[in-house]
Amino acid sequence: MMGRGLLAIEDLEREDIELILDTAFHMKEVGQREVKKVPTLRGRTIINLFFESSTRTRTSFEIAGKRLSADVVNFSPSSSSLTKKESILDTAKTLDAMDPDAVVIRHQVAGVPKQIADQLTAPVINAGDGAHEHPTQALLDLMTVVEEKGRIDGLTVTIIGDIAHSRVARSNIYAFTKMGAEVRVAGPPTMLPAAVECLGVKAFRSLREALDGADVVMALRIQLERLGGALFPSVREYSATFGIDRAKLRFAKDDAIVMHPGPVNRGVELSNDLANRRPSVILDQVRNGVALRMAVLYLLAGQKHGGPSEA
Amino acid sequence: MASDPPIPSAHASAEGPSAGIVLDDLAIQRALTRIAHEIVERNDEPARLYLVGIPNGGVPLARLIAQNLREIAGVDVTVGVLDTTLYRDDLLARGVRPRLRKTEMPSAVDDRSVILVDDVASTGRTIRAAMDALMDFGRPRTVQVVALVDRGHRELPIRIDYVGKNIPTRRGDHVELRARPGGEGMEVVLMQGASGGSS
Repeated sequence: MMGRGLLAIEDLEREDIELILDTAFHMKEVGQREVKKVPTLRGRTIINLFFESSTRTRTSFEIAGKRLSADVVNFSPSSSSLTKKESILDTAKTLDAMDPDAVVIRHQVAGVPKQIADQLTAPVINAGDGAHEHPTQALLDLMTVVEEKGRIDGLTVTIIGDIAHSRVARSNIYAFTKMGAEVRVAGPPTMLPAAVECLGVKAFRSLREALDGADVVMALRIQLERLGGALFPSVREYSATFGIDRAKLRFAKDDAIVMHPGPVNRGVELSNDLANRRPSVILDQVRNGVALRMAVLYLLAGQKHGGPSEA
Repeated sequence: MASDPPIPSAHASAEGPSAGIVLDDLAIQRALTRIAHEIVERNDEPARLYLVGIPNGGVPLARLIAQNLREIAGVDVTVGVLDTTLYRDDLLARGVRPRLRKTEMPSAVDDRSVILVDDVASTGRTIRAAMDALMDFGRPRTVQVVALVDRGHRELPIRIDYVGKNIPTRRGDHVELRARPGGEGMEVVLMQGASGGSS
């Protein structure tokens, strides 16, 4: 399952997810050593191919690769011949000829990482494609919840915000339901996809009902720059209705944790105070992201298609 | 400390065409007691000792040696766990990646007399990986090696300082420390002709 890359949580079995998480917890210990580097991927090359800008995810992958001793090369459209109208597939083939051991791809259009993966012998890791999936974000979220709650099975997870346009929401819905959690989504009707129940979640228009008994409260980033206010009347109204602050958090369980994929629009999805301290675990999510990506690179890098590694 | 990785149990192990017990629990206990005495003999500052078990088999053995050292020399020796997987030289050639195991080094190794503890020594590659891993944790004063069983077939210039028992084997044999079936204690079994014996 994991042999050909990591494109979507939807493709994974529960056992794959458990293996990745188990590996990630061991990688976290490596990150706590004085020498935060192991020779595992020495002599291997990882290409970070980011068509859409993302400092945080790219840096996380870069650190993860370097902690495993891989050579990490960053390739982003502004600095490449993509501006010279080279097609995406030509770029992919060019990269493949450089013989990388893994390619990490982010693209603003859903499905592009898969398209490129079909052209490459190296495994592809999807670092976010359009509104489709962002698998490593969901996996690091699982890891953070396991760390906090000791389990996923039987928990209630409420995801709040622009569910329809969020790859983080989609990957997390697959991830948490596969691991046995009850997933709820809440947001303004314009932000809830029409048939979201097909994904095995319960949809709520009332935040209070959605939060009732929740163990995990996950606020999504509102893409202010992208939407231009088309999906809700005003930022202030969104914040008043769906923004999480300590008062609204009382609807959830007493020991509920608050998560956010970052970067936070302070005072919009989360109150300033919640963005800063517990029960929010935002910086733990970032910390775990490096360990989780080390795990994915360890399990995948160098597993060329058609090689003896297909097991 | 409760979550040491388990050594294989007799029921879970694939029994080869002929599996024989080469060390029973009593023999293992005696070997570890003797090794503990040898360690005290050869290390004049027992307070500097630091036992490091290599998972999975080396971990319970390191704890038993520590217990012996407490009784013999009255010292509480630090016990660590060091997984060597990320330092292996055959990782990328193998395809499917081995599962990682716990590493837990409770204190710094600088200026300590580190004793690596493995269950079965053979090619020396695990010991090589363990030494590289150890050096990333600091600069020990000395590094010595315990193996409950040395089955030969060394491929690297590595010497085992404390051997429980030398057991001549063929390359295809498999030697394994495991939990004794249906009871307390451990035993070492030799499975002849089974494949995949490298330690």
